[in-house]
Amino acid sequence: MSRTHLGMPSFPPFPEAAGAAVHNATLRANLRHATHTIRDRRAVAVAELADWDRLREAGRQIKDHTLRHLDRYLEQLESAVTAAGGTVHWAADADDANRIVADLVKATGEREVVKVKSMATQEIGLNEALAAEGVSVYETDLAELIVQLGDDRPSHILVPAIHRNRGEIRDIFRAEMGNWGRAARDGLTDDPADLAEAARLHLREKFLRARVAVSGANFMVAETGTLIVFESEGNGRMCLTLPETLISVVGIEKTVPTWRDLEVFLQTLPRSSTAERMNPYTSMWTGTTDGDGPRAFHLVLLDNGRTEVLADATGRQALRCIRCSACLNVCPVYERAGGHAYGSVYPGPIGAILTPQLRGIQSEIDASLPYASTLCGACYEVCPVAIDIPEVLLHLREGVAAQGGKGHRMEKAAITAAGWVLNRPGALAAGEKLLTATRALHPKSPPGAGAWTGGRELPELPARSFRDWWRRNRR
Amino acid sequence: MTVTPPSSPSSSSSPSSRERILARIRAAVAEADDAPAPTRDYLVSHIPDDPAAALDLLHRNLTDYRATVHRITAAGLPRLIADVLEKHGARSVAVPDGLPREWLGATDAEARGDEGPLSARELAATDAVISGCALAIAETGTIVLDAGEGQGRRALTLVPDLHVCVVRAPGQIVASVPLALPRIDPTRPLTWISGPSATSDIELDRVEGVHGPRKLEVVLLLAG
Ligand code: SF4
Repeated sequence: MSRTHLGMPSFPPFPEAAGAAVHNATLRANLRHATHTIRDRRAVAVAELADWDRLREAGRQIKDHTLRHLDRYLEQLESAVTAAGGTVHWAADADDANRIVADLVKATGEREVVKVKSMATQEIGLNEALAAEGVSVYETDLAELIVQLGDDRPSHILVPAIHRNRGEIRDIFRAEMGNWGRAARDGLTDDPADLAEAARLHLREKFLRARVAVSGANFMVAETGTLIVFESEGNGRMCLTLPETLISVVGIEKTVPTWRDLEVFLQTLPRSSTAERMNPYTSMWTGTTDGDGPRAFHLVLLDNGRTEVLADATGRQALRCIRCSACLNVCPVYERAGGHAYGSVYPGPIGAILTPQLRGIQSEIDASLPYASTLCGACYEVCPVAIDIPEVLLHLREGVAAQGGKGHRMEKAAITAAGWVLNRPGALAAGEKLLTATRALHPKSPPGAGAWTGGRELPELPARSFRDWWRRNRR
Repeated sequence: MTVTPPSSPSSSSSPSSRERILARIRAAVAEADDAPAPTRDYLVSHIPDDPAAALDLLHRNLTDYRATVHRITAAGLPRLIADVLEKHGARSVAVPDGLPREWLGATDAEARGDEGPLSARELAATDAVISGCALAIAETGTIVLDAGEGQGRRALTLVPDLHVCVVRAPGQIVASVPLALPRIDPTRPLTWISGPSATSDIELDRVEGVHGPRKLEVVLLLAG
């Protein structure tokens, strides 16, 4: 089997990839401002709900239950979507999915596709695959448009252009919009309202003309066959409503058993993600409806390494992820390294546990990712489905350490990553503050003991700081 | 090995991928602990069961997310709608099937029915749309459209720049998301709207109005 495709395949290990980012003071300032703003707002939105912990626990239970019986729920979903007029396709890997989508697009005779932001399609490199078949793909989410026009890479799950400031965005719009459609007006300013207006005008003609759309989905309901997309701008509604053909590529783990299960995630996802009681727009559709919306609906169910993650008793909890990005926004390492450092479409703490599991730990970047953390536990605290990210990181470190003897290539990459983290006093201090608060959550074994010490006995995760522990125990 | 049923006939994927994925899942979880269904000990609602309180909270939350909110009784509705359209300079308005015609009794704006139906380009050239709704949720400031009577196809309430949405109080207002879902038919195309379209993609600075209607005016239609 070929390696699982996750975008950005050949990437240097964590600290080198972070290097370019951290030397850019603008990016650091943008990122710090953005993550601190959103994390504070999230805390307020969550505090509004007295039963937050119970909602979080229910979210965890629903996802665990679904994963345990995923075969059954996928079959149920398939029947429900089919009964409602949709067609279901199964894609074992990225190539499979890309081929299915390309064939579906070509069968319509169209050469253009409008697209709603979707992690799954980024993961499989769908845009590049369609471009190779002569199909133009237009990203319609504002941040994705900024990334696409800037020939850039996304750096955040929710706000992929979080590393760009308004001046840079204005320059990209001025230089590039005209090459792809309606140009930005003369005298475009860097006022966010002006920039949003430019995007509205640029994309409107594409929406009105589009015959084929590609989306992902946040959830799929097995009992009803309903798909759900959360969004803010209305580009999702445009793509899901106006074209004649809709193709949705969705990871198999996005399934929930019942309609009622949505009552949990409709409360926890918006508050965790955009810190809103509810995001501006949520679309739900079940197959096709006569006279309303697309006449043809195709659902491509994507595995691409997920069943391998599912087979790992510790690691499978990563499949509970609802991609809210709360863990990125609280992470002291993400804040300093930036999203590009993680070398895949999944940055931040969730990326550090998901990417090495989906892709395997054969490359330096993937072996280094489990070390791109201070293990402070802030990610676990905010996660609306209670994924114990530090636990999975430690588990993955054991895997890296087991791969080869002392001094092998992967171990070096890992140690460099950890050294990068540990040499950032700000990250550590922020992490330690959080760590003290969450110490009870942490396993007793020291981080990546094998990789660090070649088997020497180590003290338990110390009562003293992690930094002291590391100084004492590094070679 | 588990024997898997054959691919369902209307599924066009290669059966091998389907069977491969299902077999991998079964193998992956074969040894896993049981994972029971959720306990659901969270709250059904976060506010007291009081229609007046729910109405006030809906009003507040809609305003918080930059919708403009009005309260009116049936007698004043046509005048209010006319005023709202005029305030925005809207000279044409899309009218979904089943919308009470008297709502448009006081406006001079050109009413465009959807019998045609209206094309996306015609809708783009229409200034406003007036609709009812299926339901509104007080705790989140959300309006749910289900493409039913007086709401029309999804495109109608999406493409014009101004959306005027009428919510009947108290009948169409529920307190919370858990109370809303049992009243919504998942087989219909659904749009949940919480304020006008917005983006925070530029430095997390919130800008209202990107691709959906840039203005959302909500009319709380009171009984009596
Ligand atoms: S791991 Fe948890 S906090 Fe992070 S994106 Fe996924 S659901 Fe959100």
